[in-house]
Amino acid sequence: MTPLFTVEGLVVSRGGHRVLDGASLTLRPGERLAVVGPNGAGKTTLLRSLIGLEKAEHGTITAFGSLRRTEKEFRPVRARAGYLFQDADDQLFCPTVIDDVAFGPLNLGLAPREAAERALAVLERLHLGHLSARITHRLSGGEKRLVALAGVLAMEPEALLLDEPTNALDDVHYRRLLDILSGLPMAMIVVSHDRPFLHRLSTRVLALRQGRLLPAAFHSHPHTHDHLHIHVEGDHAHRH
Amino acid sequence: MKAPGFDRMTPRARLLATLILTLAVVALRGLPAQGAALAGAFALALISGQALRPLLHRLAHVEGFMVLLLVMLPFSVPGTPLVTLGPLVLSAEGLARAIGIALKTNAAILIVFALLGTVEPLRLGHAARGLGAPVRLVQLFLFTTRYVELFRDEIRRRREAMRARAFARRTSLHTFRAYGNLAGMVLVRALEKAARVEEAMRCRAFDGRLPAIGIEEGERGILAGPGLALVVGAALIALDRLP
Repeated sequence: MTPLFTVEGLVVSRGGHRVLDGASLTLRPGERLAVVGPNGAGKTTLLRSLIGLEKAEHGTITAFGSLRRTEKEFRPVRARAGYLFQDADDQLFCPTVIDDVAFGPLNLGLAPREAAERALAVLERLHLGHLSARITHRLSGGEKRLVALAGVLAMEPEALLLDEPTNALDDVHYRRLLDILSGLPMAMIVVSHDRPFLHRLSTRVLALRQGRLLPAAFHSHPHTHDHLHIHVEGDHAHRH
Repeated sequence: MKAPGFDRMTPRARLLATLILTLAVVALRGLPAQGAALAGAFALALISGQALRPLLHRLAHVEGFMVLLLVMLPFSVPGTPLVTLGPLVLSAEGLARAIGIALKTNAAILIVFALLGTVEPLRLGHAARGLGAPVRLVQLFLFTTRYVELFRDEIRRRREAMRARAFARRTSLHTFRAYGNLAGMVLVRALEKAARVEEAMRCRAFDGRLPAIGIEEGERGILAGPGLALVVGAALIALDRLP
């Protein structure tokens, strides 16, 4: 099968420092690729480069079968690879939830009614239908993340690029996000520090080290440790 | 190249000199003195040692604001007609007024760029406070310079998010609505951010005054700079008014 993304020898600098220095990767249909690495290793830069928000100094990016170099060449990539921003607040900018989710479909050229219908359908599918008339900036953090994801999914992308999707989510929204993502058929690249999440979701791991992507693997070994969680008074007690 | 003369002066001296010179420039009435002022201001900008290209770029922004006025003025001031274009009459007095305004504004702006262009906003704010500017005005100035970058960043991030969802500028209702939403959301976020910053400042015992810590400027150049400015300003006005 033709890969969705092929990156070879990618070099990207930020502030005079080579964040990516010869990074290469391949994303094939159906793959869920995890990218791990310390803060500042260039994980976000990598995702941004894939849709042309960062300019590559060297190296090539092939997306959906074509070489992509210019803004014009990257534009169709953004319609086919949905990018979920690290901070959902950066992504949501329309007054209401339904407007925001319909924004992408409108950009794809759908008529306003079709766009609204598709937006509503996606919201329903993610069990967010009740939020459709709400004001985006008054949503809770978890709701914002899920609505932002709905906005991306409404474009029916062939691949998802997820930047720290579980950041600052509570248990409920965390599980819902994991359920939603596990049930999606499309290929993904997930950048995260959340090892359990990546372990549940991903099919392959790459580690970003000194600007390069190295193959990695999950490795688990038995630990004896305390299991810390919080019980609310009056909730049913349980044993460990 | 570092500005040898001006950076040795304290911001307060530089601000005072700027004030004196710009006031002298705006008081000029005749073209010769206005022309001399612009030439002098340009020389001042060269001496300041700042890169010329960004300076001219900034000047072009100012020109953009004035272009309408400069085009309208020759036609709207009554006087001796020079050219008649149908109902429009270009008057000699109007033309002279437009040229005068162009010369004076550019001279004044160049003086500000030359003398204050390299002063950090924080120090400039404290210098203004030292010269008796109202506290609220100074605070407004300091917050503005602090947050301009922040909002530029905010707008950049949001536009990237729009592009990431395949947004392309067109002449369409969708484009206008999207930009309207963008502007609205930046304002809403600005307001929220301002409220959060204020809370955070109040949590650290902010009582409405910004203390000036670590800025001990002294009085270097407080006499020399403004004194020289006074002499030059007086000379310009003398050139302008004396027969």
